[in-house]
Amino acid sequence: MSAASPVIERGTAASRIAGFGVAIIILLLAVAPQFLSAGAVDRMTALFIYVILAAMWNALAGFGGLVSVGQQVFFGLGAYFAIRLANAGLNPFVSLFASAVIVGAVSWPISLFMLRLKNGEFAIGMWVIAALTHLLVNLDRLIQGETGTSLISLNVYDASTRRVAIYWLALASMTALLAILFGLLRGSTGAAIRAIRDNEDAAASIGVRVTGTKRLLFVLAAFGIGVAGALWLATSITFQPKTYFSVQWTAYMIFMVLVGGIGTFEGAILGALLFFIIETWFGGTGVWYLIGLGATALIFSLLLPRGLWGTLEERFGWRLLSVGYRVRLPVNASDTTGGTPSPAQVTTSREKA
Amino acid sequence: MSNQIVQGILLGGYYALIACGLSFMFSVMRIINLAHGSLAVLSAFALWLLASRFHIPPFLGLLIVLPLMAVIGGALQRFLLERSARGGALLPILTTFGLAIVIDNVLFEQFGANTRSLAPFIGSLSYDSWEWPGSIYVGKLAVIIFITAVVLLGGLQLFLTRTGLGRSIRATSEDPDTAGLVGVDAQRANAVAAAIAMVTVGLAGAFLGMRATFDPYAGATQLLFAFEAAVIGGAGSLWGTLVGGIVLALAQTLGAKIHPQGFLIGGHVAFLIVLFIRLYTSGLGLRGLLRFSTGKVS
Repeated sequence: MSAASPVIERGTAASRIAGFGVAIIILLLAVAPQFLSAGAVDRMTALFIYVILAAMWNALAGFGGLVSVGQQVFFGLGAYFAIRLANAGLNPFVSLFASAVIVGAVSWPISLFMLRLKNGEFAIGMWVIAALTHLLVNLDRLIQGETGTSLISLNVYDASTRRVAIYWLALASMTALLAILFGLLRGSTGAAIRAIRDNEDAAASIGVRVTGTKRLLFVLAAFGIGVAGALWLATSITFQPKTYFSVQWTAYMIFMVLVGGIGTFEGAILGALLFFIIETWFGGTGVWYLIGLGATALIFSLLLPRGLWGTLEERFGWRLLSVGYRVRLPVNASDTTGGTPSPAQVTTSREKA
Repeated sequence: MSNQIVQGILLGGYYALIACGLSFMFSVMRIINLAHGSLAVLSAFALWLLASRFHIPPFLGLLIVLPLMAVIGGALQRFLLERSARGGALLPILTTFGLAIVIDNVLFEQFGANTRSLAPFIGSLSYDSWEWPGSIYVGKLAVIIFITAVVLLGGLQLFLTRTGLGRSIRATSEDPDTAGLVGVDAQRANAVAAAIAMVTVGLAGAFLGMRATFDPYAGATQLLFAFEAAVIGGAGSLWGTLVGGIVLALAQTLGAKIHPQGFLIGGHVAFLIVLFIRLYTSGLGLRGLLRFSTGKVS
């Protein structure tokens, strides 16, 4: 009679089904523009951008432990560099992504500097960076201060072609960025990321490269938010620095992640969906809508800091897109009947991801 | 040029005033209150409401608003900060950010987008000035703000070092658990500290309204000014905050001289330069940038 050894699982039956589900949803979304109205296509594009923003802010704050209230700097720069590149003669669609690459490159030197700050100091420090960048972009003659400018070269494409092309680009970017993040979290870096999230000092003491890992998340988040900013520019055409460098973008990101579930992969997506629905219903109410968003974020951080998904996950042990490990231990292999443990005898130690 | 330097130094007094509450709160509770600037603007709007609706001049209005701010501070500590601080270092950032959004937008809902000022309610004080040798004109209001800042910083220093309550706040900031063992009520000490911080914020808001204009979304800028002045001033003592405020104001003055839009840029750049130097010359401890030593009795 051999003692049953613990089994390491990387997912559950539900998570395998969810994997197929995700593939089917993406396929359906890819063909959806055939059946949707022009307005609906635009709204769905906005949703994809929200998912990118939420996932990227969550990568930084939920997994890297870096709460930034200055992420609008990368959103604004994504749009700004796209304008600049398109103005220099690059194809507007190409410039959207070239711009995001530049944003990622710019974020590297910023990370060398800012990652030495901690908690609240990092948060406001990033806000200062965003405010300074906004002012510097305003100085650019091409932008004409707060008047702004437009991505004119996109107008050579017919409106309906453009709309669908941007929709697909947004869908593809969202899928790719989520896949990168998922791969990162599931791979060996993921263990380091979660170790840092749970206890930075302890992680450092067992040899996790804390700064390098945080820097990776910082640059990834900057790149992703840069993509989002460039895509937003593509949908709205006009670029006004004030709108793009507004702290409200970070407020949206915080809202989505806090409500969905900070530090969970699925939570950010859920939060973006909820935000999208709330915006569709209440966005027209203007200032009360913003008060509601702020108050909801406040209440969630006080009463439900794990967010909706985090709470559900804890209560029911749900895993859909599993990035962690879970250990299934036989209760006591040598007592009673022996043999393979029945499900009732299996204790599942709670995984932290 | 010397005229601009004098004006810059006096403006630094305002920055020190708004910064000292932020660094005081951080030193005691290790929390950066992202609603700091919005609360200052809230105080300015309260004074504006009292003056325009009930004809209470702002200096008299302070007698109503400052106690209210103290109550808000105590409540903030009790119901928001203490609760969220239990959930780790990151949650208070999110909580206070949410609070800032709520305050900004409620103010916008109530008062609209118009910029306001308290200047019409303080008579000739808003433009009166003294002539100093070398034909330098200094505004009376600017001097009052500067003197208030100096008195407030000195008073806070004395309070922290010479009174029992001040010492218990210092003890709590050093080590809340050990302070509790020797009979210090940490909750009370924190609530008092938060109330004091909010009184300084209320005062800063009043001067913001008197010397310039404000609108519902002005809080973010004030928060950045406060943070920059506090970081530039650095560790050491509350007096560092005054130095930080003056350096920030001088950098802005210099920036404005170089480029018409350079006022804010100058301040941000000075902040980043000081931050850079501080990060690379001194190994920063876990205590962080804002923390000043409250323990030295000089």
